[in-house]
Amino acid sequence: MRYVKKILIYFLLLAGSAMFLLPLLWMVSTGLKPIEQTMSMPPTWLPYRLYVEKDGAETEITRAEAAEYPGAEVIRRVSPRWGNFGKAIKAMKFFPLYLKNTLFLCFLTVIGTVFSSALAAYGFSRIEWKGRNKIFLVALATMMIPFPVVMVPLYCMFRWLGWIGTLRPLWVGSFFAGAFNVFLLRQFFITIPKDLSEAARIDGCSEFRIFWQIIMPLSRPALMVVGLFQFMFTWNDFLGPLIYLTDQKDFTLALGLQFFQSQQGGTEWHYLMAASTIVAIPIIVLFFFTQRSFIEGISMTGLKG
Amino acid sequence: MTRGERQKLFLGLAFISPWIVGFLMFTLYPVVASMFYSFCDYDVLTRPVWIGTLNYSDMFTDSVFWKSLYNTLFFAVIALPLGLITSLLVAVLLNQPVKGRSLFRAIFFLPSLIPVVATSMIWLWILNGNFGLLNHGLKCLGINHPPQWLADPSWTKPSLILMSVWGVGNSIVIYLAALQDVPRSLYESADLDGATAWKKLRYITLPMISPVIYFNLIMGIIGSLQVFAQAYIMLGGGGPNRSALFYAVYLYQNAFEYRQMGYACAMAWVLFLVILFLTWVATKSTRRLIYYAGE
Repeated sequence: MRYVKKILIYFLLLAGSAMFLLPLLWMVSTGLKPIEQTMSMPPTWLPYRLYVEKDGAETEITRAEAAEYPGAEVIRRVSPRWGNFGKAIKAMKFFPLYLKNTLFLCFLTVIGTVFSSALAAYGFSRIEWKGRNKIFLVALATMMIPFPVVMVPLYCMFRWLGWIGTLRPLWVGSFFAGAFNVFLLRQFFITIPKDLSEAARIDGCSEFRIFWQIIMPLSRPALMVVGLFQFMFTWNDFLGPLIYLTDQKDFTLALGLQFFQSQQGGTEWHYLMAASTIVAIPIIVLFFFTQRSFIEGISMTGLKG
Repeated sequence: MTRGERQKLFLGLAFISPWIVGFLMFTLYPVVASMFYSFCDYDVLTRPVWIGTLNYSDMFTDSVFWKSLYNTLFFAVIALPLGLITSLLVAVLLNQPVKGRSLFRAIFFLPSLIPVVATSMIWLWILNGNFGLLNHGLKCLGINHPPQWLADPSWTKPSLILMSVWGVGNSIVIYLAALQDVPRSLYESADLDGATAWKKLRYITLPMISPVIYFNLIMGIIGSLQVFAQAYIMLGGGGPNRSALFYAVYLYQNAFEYRQMGYACAMAWVLFLVILFLTWVATKSTRRLIYYAGE
C-alpha cells in the first residue's frame, strides 16, 4: 500500500511536470529546425539532416530527394540549426535596439523602484508620526484600482507632456514608489528591532544615515525580491510599450517580438520560436540563479497579503 | 503637537514623499480625470465635451460590450476554479515526502515566468490546427478531427483557458509555502485517531490553508477579468466571430483604435465595479469557511 501510494505520487508528478515542460521544449526544438521540418507530420522532436552514402562519401539530401535513391541506406543524424538564432535576430531588424531599450528600462525601473519604495516603506514603518497609519491605508487602497481605470488619463497626461513615442512614460513612474512594493518592504522593515535605530539616534546619527547604512544593508533579501519582480515586470510588460511607443526603433523585446509575428503573418515558425527562446532565456537563467529569492518573495506576497 | 512630534511628522512625510508625489500624479489625478472623461465625449485631439451619462447608457445597447463581458466572465468562471484546483493538487503532491521537490517545483513554476508575448507565440504554434503539437497528440489518441482551436469560434475560449492553466506556477508556490506551515502535530494526532488521507485533507489541510485559498481566489478574480495580452496577441481584434474579444481588449480598442476615450473610461469604471462586486460576493460567501489561526 505504501509503495503503491509512492509510485502514484511520482507518476502524477512526472506526468504533470512533463506537461508543464513540454511547451517550452517544443519552443526550443522548433527554434532549431529548418522550416520544412517544422511543418512535417508526424512532427519530430529532434532536428535532423539526412545523408546517403554514394561512392564512399556521404551527401546530404532533402526528404523529397530520398525517393531518388532507391535501395540506398538513408542515414539520419541529429543536427540542430543553431544558425536560426542569428537569422531570427536579423529578421527582427531592430533586435539590438529592442535589447538596448529593454535593458535600459529594466535598469532604470529597478533602481527607481527599489530606492523610492524603500524610502517610502521606511517612512511608513520606522518613524512614528501622526496620521501614518491612515495614510498607509490609503496607499493599500490604491492597489485595488485596476489599470484600465487610470490608463486613459495617464496616456493623455504623457501626451500633453509630449512623451508619447519616447521611453519616458515607461520608467518615470517607477521613481515614485508603487504601493505594492512599499507594502512588501514595510512588512520586512517592521521585523527589524527598534533598538537598532534608537541606539543610532542617540549617537546622533541622522535619519537618512540610519536608513542608508543600517536598514538598507539589513534588508538585502527583501530589496532583492522587489528588484527581481520589477525586472521581470519590465522585461515582460506588453501593454505599456504597446500604448506609449510609436516608433519601431523604440520598441522593447516583448513588443518587438509581437511586431515581428504580426508582420510575417505566422509562417516562419522556426524563426518565431527561436526569437521567443531568445526573449525567454534571460528570465529562465535569472530564475535559476535567484531561485530562493523568487520563491521566498512569492510566498511572502501570498502569506502576508 | 510638541516640537519632537512635529519633527517626526516632517521626517515621515519627507521619507514618503516619493509615494505622495506618485500618488497625486499617477493615481489620484488619473482617477478623478477618468471619472470626468467617462461623462464626456473625448477623442484626445479635441477638448472633452460633457455628455452626461450617455457613455453608460450606450453600453447597455452596445452588443459588442455585452459580448466582451460574456466572454470574459465565461473565461473567468472556468479558468479560475480550474487553475485553483490544479495548483492546489500539484502543491499537495509536492508537499509529500518526495525526492527532488525543488526541481519539480521549479519545473511547475517556470512557465509562469515566461514573458507573456513568448507564451502567446508558443501556444499559437502548439494550437496550430494543421501542424500543432496538441492536435498531433490528439490524433495519436484516436481523435481524427481535432478542433481548429484558434480558428473555430467555439474553441477560442477553451484554448485560452488551457493556456492559463499552464501558468499557475505562482499559486502553486504560494500554496506550497502555506502547506509547509501547517503544524506536523495536527497530522500526527490525526494518525493516532486513524484518520484517512482524505479526512486529513478535508479537516486539517484545507481549513489550515483556507486564507491562502481565499487570497488566490481574490487575486484570480482581479487578474482573470483583466486578461489582455494573450488574447490581444493571439487573436488580434477578438478572433473569429469576436469569440475571444475580452473586456480589456475591447476597452483598449475603444481607447486607442476608435479613439473613444470617454467610452473607454466608462467601461473601465464598470469593470472596477464588477471586480468590487465579485470580490465582495467571494468574501461574503467564503467568510464562514476561512479559518484564521490568530483568532
